[in-house]
Formats: sequence, C-alpha cells, structure tokens
Amino acid sequence: MSETQDYEIVIGLEVHAQLLTRSKLFCGDSTFFGKDANSQVSVVSLAHPGTLPKMNKEVISMAIKLGLACNCEIVQHNYFARKNYFYPDLPKGYQISQHTTPICKKGYLEVQVGKESKKIRLNRIHMEEDAGKSLHDKESNYTNIDYNRAGMPLLEIVTEPDLRSAEEAFAYVTALRKLVRHLGICDGNMEQGSLRCDVNVSVRKKGDPKLGTKVEVKNLNSIRFIKKAIESESMRLIGMHQRGEAILQQTRGLNESDFTTYAIRTKEDEDDYRYFPEPDLPPFFITDEMIEALRKEMPKPVTAIKEELKTAYGLQEYDASQLANDNELLSYFENIIKEIKNYKAAANWTIGPVKNYLTTEELSIDEFKVPPAAVATLIRLIDAGSINFGIASQKIFPELIQHPSLDIVSYIKENSLELETSGSQIDLLIQTALNKHAQKITEYKKGKKGLLSLFVGEVMKLSGGKVDPKIVTEKIIEKLNA
Amino acid sequence: MQVDDALIAKLSRLSMLDFNEAEKEEIKADLVKMIGFVDKLKELDTSGIDPLLHMSGNNNMLREDEVKNMLTQEEALRNAPLHDSQFFKVPKVIKKPD
Repeated sequence: MSETQDYEIVIGLEVHAQLLTRSKLFCGDSTFFGKDANSQVSVVSLAHPGTLPKMNKEVISMAIKLGLACNCEIVQHNYFARKNYFYPDLPKGYQISQHTTPICKKGYLEVQVGKESKKIRLNRIHMEEDAGKSLHDKESNYTNIDYNRAGMPLLEIVTEPDLRSAEEAFAYVTALRKLVRHLGICDGNMEQGSLRCDVNVSVRKKGDPKLGTKVEVKNLNSIRFIKKAIESESMRLIGMHQRGEAILQQTRGLNESDFTTYAIRTKEDEDDYRYFPEPDLPPFFITDEMIEALRKEMPKPVTAIKEELKTAYGLQEYDASQLANDNELLSYFENIIKEIKNYKAAANWTIGPVKNYLTTEELSIDEFKVPPAAVATLIRLIDAGSINFGIASQKIFPELIQHPSLDIVSYIKENSLELETSGSQIDLLIQTALNKHAQKITEYKKGKKGLLSLFVGEVMKLSGGKVDPKIVTEKIIEKLNA
Repeated sequence: MQVDDALIAKLSRLSMLDFNEAEKEEIKADLVKMIGFVDKLKELDTSGIDPLLHMSGNNNMLREDEVKNMLTQEEALRNAPLHDSQFFKVPKVIKKPD
C-alpha cells in the first residue's frame, strides 16, 4: 500500500472579493456592512417586476486594477451571462455573472512560501453579483432571508491548480488579501465575509501526470479554515485512494468544530445552470485609454515601496515591509518624517505604539486622532534627552490618545516627567541602589556580569523611570570598576 | 434531442413545477414542435457571423457609483407573503449535515 508521502496534493483556489464601492453592482443600494436586515435594498435587488440592472462603472475600474496588478490580459469586449438557479437568497431566480467571459484572463501572483518565491498562475478574474444571506437557525420552521448582500459587487479570482500544500494556499490567500487592500478595492475582512474562499482539492500519486478527481470545499471564511479544510480533505482523499475507493466529484462544506468536511452535493446531480447572455445588460467595451489611465492611478507595488523605504530612509527589511504592506501606516509614517529626520524612530513609533494601539482597539487609522506631528514632537524630545521612550510611550502617548491636542511640553512640566539630567542626582540614586544590593556587588565583581541589569533596573525604579538607562549603565560600570 | 420522460422530469425539476400524466403528454408534443423549429433554424449557415448579444445598439450603459433609490425596511418587506419586522421568511431550504 502507498504511504501518505507518496501522494501529491493539488489545489486550486477560487476567492470572492467584495469590492469597496459605495453602491451595489447593478443598482444604487448602499454596500455598508452591518445595517439592519433588509434595509439596504431596492426594487432592483429585490427583483420586483419591470426593474432593470445598470452597471456600476467603478466595479470595472477595480477589476482592471486587480488584473493589471496580477499581470493579466484585460479583455476589452465584455458582457454578462445569466446563471439560472432557484434558491431564495437570489430573488431574480438567476445570478448575473461574467462566468463565460471574464474581464481578466491569465496572469499570476507571486507569493512567498517560506524562503522560496513561487508564481501562482491565475486562470481568470471575473465580476459577479453576490446573493442574499439565508439564516437557517433563527426559527425551526422557516429560513429567514436578508437581502442586504444581494447584488453586492464581487470579483472572483480563480487560480490554476498550481498549489501543492496548505502552506502554499495560506501564502497565496495572504498575498492576495494584502494586494486587494493595497489597491484599495476590498477591505479583505474575512470575518465579515468581504473575502471568501472555495478550495478545489485533488490527490494523485507523485509523478502521475493526470489530475485526480477534484472535490470542492466551499465558503471558507478564514485563512485558518482554508488551511484546515485542505489538510483534512487531502487526508480523506488519500485514505480513500489507499483503500481503492472511487472518489466522486463533490461539493463539500467544512464543519468548523472538528474540521471534517461533509458532502453538500455530488456532481451527477449538479444543477444545470443554463447560462446565456444577459439580455438586460448591454455589452461594454474597455478602451486602451481607460486601461492606461487606470495604470497611472495604480499604487506602486509593495515590493517597490519597500525597497524605496530601505534606500531612502535606511530602514531595515522588517520595518520597511511592515510599512509597505499597510497604506495607512505608511502615510502616517510619511507625515511624521515631514517634521523630523529620525526615520528609524518614526518607523518604530508607527509600527510600535501606533499600530499596537490600533490593533488592540480594532480601529482604523481614520479613527486615530493623535496627529503625526505630536509623535514627531515626542521623538524630538527623546532625541534631545528630555524624556525617554518608556515615559513617552507609556505615560504621554496614552494621554495623547485621550487628548489629541495636548500641549506635550507643558504636560511634561506639569507632571515632572523630564529625565533627571543632573549628574549628582543620578549619582545619588545609583548609590542608594547599590547600597540596597551590597551582597550582589561582590558577586558582580567576582564575574556575574549579568547583575548589571539588576542595578540599572533598581535605579530606574528609584527614579520613577526618569533617568536615561544608557547614562545610568555607563555610570554604574564606571563606579563598580573603580 | 430525445423528448422522453427523463427530459420532462429534468425540466420539471429545473422549473420547480409538477405536472400530471396528461399534462406531461401535452408538453412532450409541444416540445417536439419547439425543438423542430429550432432545428430548422439551425439549418442556416451562420459561420462568420458574430452572435447578436443585445437587441439595443446602446453599449457601455454605465452609471456612477452613487447610493440612491433605496427602499426602507418597511417598504421592502411590505409585499412579502410571509415576513416579520426584519426578515423575509421562506420554507426551510437546507438539509442539515448529520
């Protein structure tokens, strides 16, 4: 019997990205998330008789931007198709989709897997409308339907079967999520369903050129679930293969409590969707000028931004990559360095205290009121030796969050937060600290040099954090070696 | 295309309609005529002719990305045969996994 490691896992992904437009794909309903059920709807999204769809321009621009960023071929003659199926979350009885003629073809996304870089080829990117939301668990006899999501603009991004492990799938979705956020076309929020993923998995013996029968696991709404679904489904398929069981082409769901999958339907009884060109929407053509104009609007690629940060400001790889991957933090950083030239400190503050606060409080930068100039002032005061980083980040920064217009210099005075710079005062503190640890001094002198941090810590404590630890360290060494 | 009971069963399922035996026979007869009509059309040589996708010559009918013409929640639900103050209600549609 073949062992698990004799098998190769082949994975293709379909990601649905909900676009950051103001209105839906074919009508003026708001796309705002989290409103009351059925309050973001219109006669079009509810499919009242006699209503007609009209295409949102912005969706085309966003699709082209993603296509250009993924090196795709942009298809210039476009039309939509009707995908017919009967399900209550779709009041028209069909979904309008570019299933047959995607706006972007081919292309690839380069992803980092461990230390290796791998090109994942795309098959296509196409536009389609989302369906409403069915709530099956609210009542025992009825399914409740909320149509706020019906008609939301989606891009479906489909890869070739180029992925070979859960880790690669994880890396791909992470990279794609970063890219759509970077382009400003999707917020990438998987929890709210702005990014959802279907996984196609098959297994074959290593070296076998023929692909195995694929199974699709649908509606995975976190990167972790994608990984779990691939792990559990590939093990199930390998097990079936080893036992010589026939693998059916199936659509499956993930049980989120134990990460097993269950069959939703089998290909044989798959619906016949009867696609045909959507008669309610005229075709649309994309001109070369439009593509060129969008190309100019595109933000620089993340890797280019990162390299610029490294060369222009001397930032380290990690700091540069943190900033390059987040437009909002990057512009905050850029605003700080309009005021000061200590780039390293500006980067540290941005990806340190600022980012940590935003992450903990789950805020976006728009909701963050501390002006970059205030952070610049803190850095300037630290560099001048008036305060240290500990006091700035732990005492003054929280105060700034509460009162963004705080007069920092007055605040420092009023609360006596200045560093103790008087040499005699520092000497006094050091003497007190050393007296307290007379025993340890002998040990230190015998060679236990690690005790130095204990002495420094004691001085910091005595001073209430208001001395420069660097000066204290130097002075203690000097004193103990005397 | 073979017009037989299997085809009628498939069409019933896709259209979510039920037919009695007499109706099925009637539909079969109609279908044979319809398919014959289309088969006749297929005799025309259309090679080299682009398919006509849309009757109107107006292409690129696009709109600006603006929020407008929404209904209120109350208006949206008003005409539904079954609803509460928030949701449309339909018969249970999912088979729960075991």
